[in-house]
Amino acid sequence: MLNTENLLNTLNRSPEIKPSMLEVRDLTIQYDTPKGVLTAMNHIGFSVKRGETLGLVGESGCGKSTTAMGILRLIQAPGRIVSGSVRLDNEDLLALNDRDLRDVRWRKLALIPQGAMNSLNPIMKVGAQLADGISAHEYTPRYILNERLSELLDMVGLPESVLNLFPHELSGGMKQRVCIAMAVALDPMLIIADEPTSALDVVTQRVVAQTLRKVKEMLGVSMILIGHDMGLQAQLADRIAVMYAGNIVEIAPVLDIFKNPMHPYTRLLIQATPSIKGRKSLKVTEGAMIDLRNPPPGCVFQYRCPSVMPMCRSIFPPLRELEPEYWVACHLYNDQPQIGIDNAQHAN
Amino acid sequence: MLNTQTELTVPTVSIAAEPLLEIRDATVIYGAQTALHAFSLKIPQQPATITTIAGESGSGKTTLANGVLGFTVLTSGQILYMGQDVATFDRAQQHQYRREVQAIFQDPYEVYNPFYRVRHIFDMAIRNFQLATDKDQGRARIEDALQVVGLRGDEVLSKYPHQLSGGQRQRLMIARAYLLKPHLIVADEPVSMVDASLRATILDIMLKLREEYSISFLYITHDLSTAYQIGNDIYVLYRGETVEKGDTVTVIDSPKHPYVQLLVESIPVADPTVQWNKPIEVPTDNKPNPHGCRFYDRCVHHTDICLTRQPDLYSVAVADHTTDHSAACYLYDPQAMMLDPVTHFTTEQKDSHS
Repeated sequence: MLNTENLLNTLNRSPEIKPSMLEVRDLTIQYDTPKGVLTAMNHIGFSVKRGETLGLVGESGCGKSTTAMGILRLIQAPGRIVSGSVRLDNEDLLALNDRDLRDVRWRKLALIPQGAMNSLNPIMKVGAQLADGISAHEYTPRYILNERLSELLDMVGLPESVLNLFPHELSGGMKQRVCIAMAVALDPMLIIADEPTSALDVVTQRVVAQTLRKVKEMLGVSMILIGHDMGLQAQLADRIAVMYAGNIVEIAPVLDIFKNPMHPYTRLLIQATPSIKGRKSLKVTEGAMIDLRNPPPGCVFQYRCPSVMPMCRSIFPPLRELEPEYWVACHLYNDQPQIGIDNAQHAN
Repeated sequence: MLNTQTELTVPTVSIAAEPLLEIRDATVIYGAQTALHAFSLKIPQQPATITTIAGESGSGKTTLANGVLGFTVLTSGQILYMGQDVATFDRAQQHQYRREVQAIFQDPYEVYNPFYRVRHIFDMAIRNFQLATDKDQGRARIEDALQVVGLRGDEVLSKYPHQLSGGQRQRLMIARAYLLKPHLIVADEPVSMVDASLRATILDIMLKLREEYSISFLYITHDLSTAYQIGNDIYVLYRGETVEKGDTVTVIDSPKHPYVQLLVESIPVADPTVQWNKPIEVPTDNKPNPHGCRFYDRCVHHTDICLTRQPDLYSVAVADHTTDHSAACYLYDPQAMMLDPVTHFTTEQKDSHS
């Protein structure tokens, strides 16, 4: 297992081998509030490669779920997408009309929403719900459908008998696995999993995480895994993007980011993760969040940063590629050679 | 600091040798469902400790917390506070107990009345327990309590709950508990709904209250890694039974019960170079075995003896170790070992005993 992970990681490093499945560029999402315009996502850009799992981490309110909703174009008023592009397999989702968009959703782009297990219809049997979703998107004869349903359940490790059960007859972990089966039912290109294991106990969490990994590997599908549990991210993600206050502050391969986190926020995030391999004092990060309606000049992390410098209060640090595939937005690394800044603008 | 600890000590229960909290064979049965079975625990008066009750949903950990807080009546067994059964408390003693045993809950969004400013919960506590003789004294006490959790009165008190962050709300709950100078705080999943950095803050406050203010905690959680960081003793529950207990670090470093082994192994390690080694399987048809060991259907070591009755807690402490460490599993039953050592011991354990 470890070897495959390493191999995947090496492969991910060369963009020629693994072209991008999803390209998010310059995405800005704002909410109009009575007290002014709130910028929930500030010129976000990242990509997800074919077969890759990108972990999106950060504290609540940092814009993780807004990112997912933005990609799916599910932002509702008073929120709006102000600028940017979202290209899935070279198709700009933000330019599609409603009918084409509906076709893309689920068939190409599936969502496992937060608390997905509560999204099942309580008065429909599991099999009927799965079948309903599939036939809404493509005509499938009954006998093929039945075969497909059993395949799907088998893929997520559930017995076929589950098809004839109602959601309330299943445990939380089983419901969550049904939701994974629904997400992959139409063989999507990208799955967005928003906190897929929160509210599950640790053993069930592991079973669900294993299921996600297995399904991803079997189908070769790309995934965005949203969550704040660094342990789970370490186990599942190939690359990690760290968000803070509506900005991406660091993107790097998972091995590098855990070994040598660059951004002070990423460091605090990793240090604050309790471990069962020895007691340590957990790093406490005090300090206020910036006001997203009226952000101060300079860095978004300035109020909480242990290494804050005068220039952090005036100049906004852009996301820069310090090493190939290693992006950080921090003035601490200003004197280091800046690789591929042009590359960033003209990539792909 | 006001001298309230002494003036409020109840004369009838002032024997220092008595444990602060003792639970004897607590059992709670709802209809046909045993939520908690024969649970026993002791928390000493001194020094202050953090005692963890760990387990998955349905293990009985919240039932236990509710029992201690008086929200659930035990079907059988006793809860003794400083040597006296809480069920026998008169009105004054109950009031006293309500003050000295405080609670923090999981969801800091649900415990506030959205129509009142935050100040209200503090004012209520002060009025209800007559903590201050005048307004200034009351204000000073509130300010003192807020300072312990790293907040300032003018920042938060005149706000409404929805204007505060989740972390501020949870810290205010701790400040409110601290305001009453309790001996014990029952913390039911206090960090399961907050972020990593905030979780560290809350755990840090708990440690501070234990070290500097001698407040003990009954820490209810499903998260073994936070317990590992701050806890003294741990009791792991599974379907109402205590399956393993002992010093937290000892138990998590070398778990003995197959369930606790599974739990520890399932914790995702925040290190991508340490991958989960092999997939685990959970039977989808979870029918607990009605008479024998509750873990029978999921256990890799199960044998016929496990079907007879729930195993007792057998000591698994290393000989030179002074701490108590025991597991409710026939693998560690000294009699079973004599009866049939081959089936009941893994190779590794046979080696260490031969």
